[in-house]
Amino acid sequence: MTLFWVLLVAVIVGAGVVAVRRRRRPRLATPLVRQAMPEVLVTEVAPIPTLLESAVASAPASLESRLGASRGIFDRVRSLGSGTLSETDLEVVEEVLLRSDVGLATTTALLDELRTNGAPDGVASAIRAALNASFVADRSVRTAADEGRIAVWLFVGVNGVGKTTTIGKLAARATSAGQHVVLAAGDTFRAAAADQLALWAERSGADIVRAAEGADPGSVIHDALGRAQARGADIVLADTAGRRANSTNLLDELAKIRRVADRLPGQVVETLMVLDATTGQNALSQAKEFLAAAAVTGIVLTKLDGTARGGIVVAIERELQIPVKFVGIGETVDDLIDFDPTAFVDSLLS
Amino acid sequence: MFDALSARLEKVSQSLRSRGRLTEADLDNALGEVRTALLEADVELSVVRAFLDAVRVRVAGEDVATSLTPGQHVIKAVHDQLVEVLGGSALKVTYAAKPPTVILLAGLQGAGKTTTAGKLANWFKSQGRQPYLVGTDLQRPAAVEQLRVLGAQIGVEVYSEPSNPVEVARKGVAEAIRLGRDVVIIDTAGRLSIDAALMAEVRFIAGAVNPHYTFLVIDAVTGQDAVHTARAFHESLELSGIIVTKLDYDARGGAVLSARGVVGRPVVFASTGEKMGDFDLFHPDRMASRILGMGDIMSLIEQAERTMDADVMADSTQRMLAGQFTLDDFMTQMNQVRKMGSLGGLMKLVPGMNKEMRDAASNIDDGHLNRVEAIIRSMTPKERRDPSLIDGSRRSRIAKGCGQTVNDVNTLLKQFDQMKKMMKTMGRGGMPQMPGGGKMAQMAEKLGAARGMELPEGFEALGAGMNAGGAGGLGPRPAGGAGGGQKGKKKKGGRVTPPKTR
Ligand SMILES: Nc1nc2c(ncn2[C@@H]2O[C@H](COP(=O)(O)OP(=O)(O)OP(=O)(O)O)[C@@H](O)[C@H]2O)c(=O)[nH]1
Ligand SMILES: [Mg+2]
Repeated sequence: MTLFWVLLVAVIVGAGVVAVRRRRRPRLATPLVRQAMPEVLVTEVAPIPTLLESAVASAPASLESRLGASRGIFDRVRSLGSGTLSETDLEVVEEVLLRSDVGLATTTALLDELRTNGAPDGVASAIRAALNASFVADRSVRTAADEGRIAVWLFVGVNGVGKTTTIGKLAARATSAGQHVVLAAGDTFRAAAADQLALWAERSGADIVRAAEGADPGSVIHDALGRAQARGADIVLADTAGRRANSTNLLDELAKIRRVADRLPGQVVETLMVLDATTGQNALSQAKEFLAAAAVTGIVLTKLDGTARGGIVVAIERELQIPVKFVGIGETVDDLIDFDPTAFVDSLLS
Repeated sequence: MFDALSARLEKVSQSLRSRGRLTEADLDNALGEVRTALLEADVELSVVRAFLDAVRVRVAGEDVATSLTPGQHVIKAVHDQLVEVLGGSALKVTYAAKPPTVILLAGLQGAGKTTTAGKLANWFKSQGRQPYLVGTDLQRPAAVEQLRVLGAQIGVEVYSEPSNPVEVARKGVAEAIRLGRDVVIIDTAGRLSIDAALMAEVRFIAGAVNPHYTFLVIDAVTGQDAVHTARAFHESLELSGIIVTKLDYDARGGAVLSARGVVGRPVVFASTGEKMGDFDLFHPDRMASRILGMGDIMSLIEQAERTMDADVMADSTQRMLAGQFTLDDFMTQMNQVRKMGSLGGLMKLVPGMNKEMRDAASNIDDGHLNRVEAIIRSMTPKERRDPSLIDGSRRSRIAKGCGQTVNDVNTLLKQFDQMKKMMKTMGRGGMPQMPGGGKMAQMAEKLGAARGMELPEGFEALGAGMNAGGAGGLGPRPAGGAGGGQKGKKKKGGRVTPPKTR
């Protein structure tokens, strides 16, 4: 129906232009009687209620110390009863989840689970159990390719989420474990993207293959595979340009990049979608689209060192079964940790 | 961008439209839907609550003695409140009496500050100003390099040096003065609102250069965190406004409402793509209409007037509605429309489009259209005027001539034929079935409904389009409405938006 759309726009625009020209005359504005509204609609944002009975105990030291500052403790939950849940209890739970970006649909589903199962050991542990049950996927990472092939990790995601930075951190991790890493500067679109990756290569002691801006990303990755083979490297980490997830063209381009990376001698063993923890409900469509286009095998949740909680990954794990594998907690080389569901759930509720 | 929100509110408005009188329960119900819509669109919880309270006050406080149905009454209240929260009317950018006007950009990591700095400079350039860029992001690898590349692309000089951000900002402004530039845009490193050291740093930058405008750059897909961030930056920097980026992503956009809701400063600019030109002033009233699913006819027409040859357009529209539409006309129209930008973007502005329709349109790329054009171009003029001449052998000749398959040619001809019929029905005032299940009639109804309302700013054109009747054939014709498009004044040239390719 290509033609139809073009024509529809044409008709509407044609008609509109004609109409406006005929009608263009000063129009007496009918002033809307408006009540005075305050300039600032909301001055006080309620602190996030907490559902934790005790402080986070199981979080790894680095996450616990980095997560943090603004997560005020507000324990209304202590007063919440156990056994049968009252609507007020559920409202507190709802508020906590909504404020963590878990999303309305998932929150409603979790509340329904609570209603059905009750909370014999208190609301906090009931909701914690329900959340923990959302993280069941296998989150092991594959580092080795089949015999005779070179392992490729492909990084995908929307603009500015932290793809390049994550590659830098993972490269450092791998080189310090004695691996030979080749970085492929597959973002040939954004200005100075390859320069950015090159600095990370320097920092981490990895090799880098890059091409001029505007070059074909597939061929950069192809060249990186060639380099990796020639030098006997262990793994290729391939960067891609940030792209919106609602463009078929950009997704097709990504699918093509993945195919090239998966061609001999390469083998894509992980496709990691990088997700910014500040992202709201749009993250779910990002995950769906990238999963369909590039067969995403895991998520890297970045910027958890900020005030955002990244609760949307609960919905992603429940609906799409894509496991979160790594968490970004800062801008330096060491600020990357493995994802720990229990610690994450605790931090969501605190 | 606000698609999801629009869809919800569309549902509310439809359920209310049929009611005669609004009961308290109806209102609760409607506001419940609005709450869901806002939450699904990522509006922050406190902002949602405040919004609903304000709508309730509006509904109760306003005079019902207008011609509005109760449903329209609620929708209007929601609309007005949206406009209010989104910032009244667009902010007028004024320039410092003693140049340069200094603009500071701040925000979280990855919000799009550097690209925005480039776009903003480009925008000022198009306003006849002489902007100057200063890159103080010495933190992220190659951030300054990125700014330099963008600067070179748009022909704006960039200042930076590897000292420290405050120093760079100070020297940058001094350099702009020396060079006689009238607008200075300072890009800063991304920072978390809870990073005390970096927040202090950006305050020092502000202290050193005394910006006339400080803008928070915020990503449209941000969730509940938007308020924390906006409030923290506002407390440290006293923002003058917000720039929202990535509005070309699908759905949501509630962050705009949240940030605006806590900061109380307008959203000034919006960024809608990766190209330097995908950037313009933010129009709250139009955005509110979009949220309500009423499209944004005014922007569409403005864009059309900038880029199209209105005469050509009017002629072919007229022929089309008379059922005398040829493939030549079609090609002309297609090329006019292409000048306006991507089809997906345009469809967003059309009222009454549902998500599937918009998605279908946004998936049509330049390649598609090029192929269509190639097929038409390899027909003879006679064939273009009368496609019924095209028999089997002509088909294969055409296919060969343009390097497409015979099947492609067949599809095109078939579609063209269907379209022609459809347009003829429309020309007679009928309502053809649209693909994707939607009906033209629904669209017309929407336009009609809008007409019954007190039209907010920007809606006049919509009403006018309705009354013009014959030209559009989209809505009910007023009795004795003049038929056909009239010729407008010849207007050539104008800005041509290059089709999106990437
Ligand atoms: N605080 C914090 N910042 C991060 C984290 N990860 C990345 N960043 C920052 O986020 C910004 C964007 O990161 P990039 O790595 O350039 O993101 P990208 O996805 O490669 O961006 P594009 O290639 O432009 O789409 C940079 O300023 C990074 O330093 C994180 O875990 N925490
Ligand atoms: Mg990158």
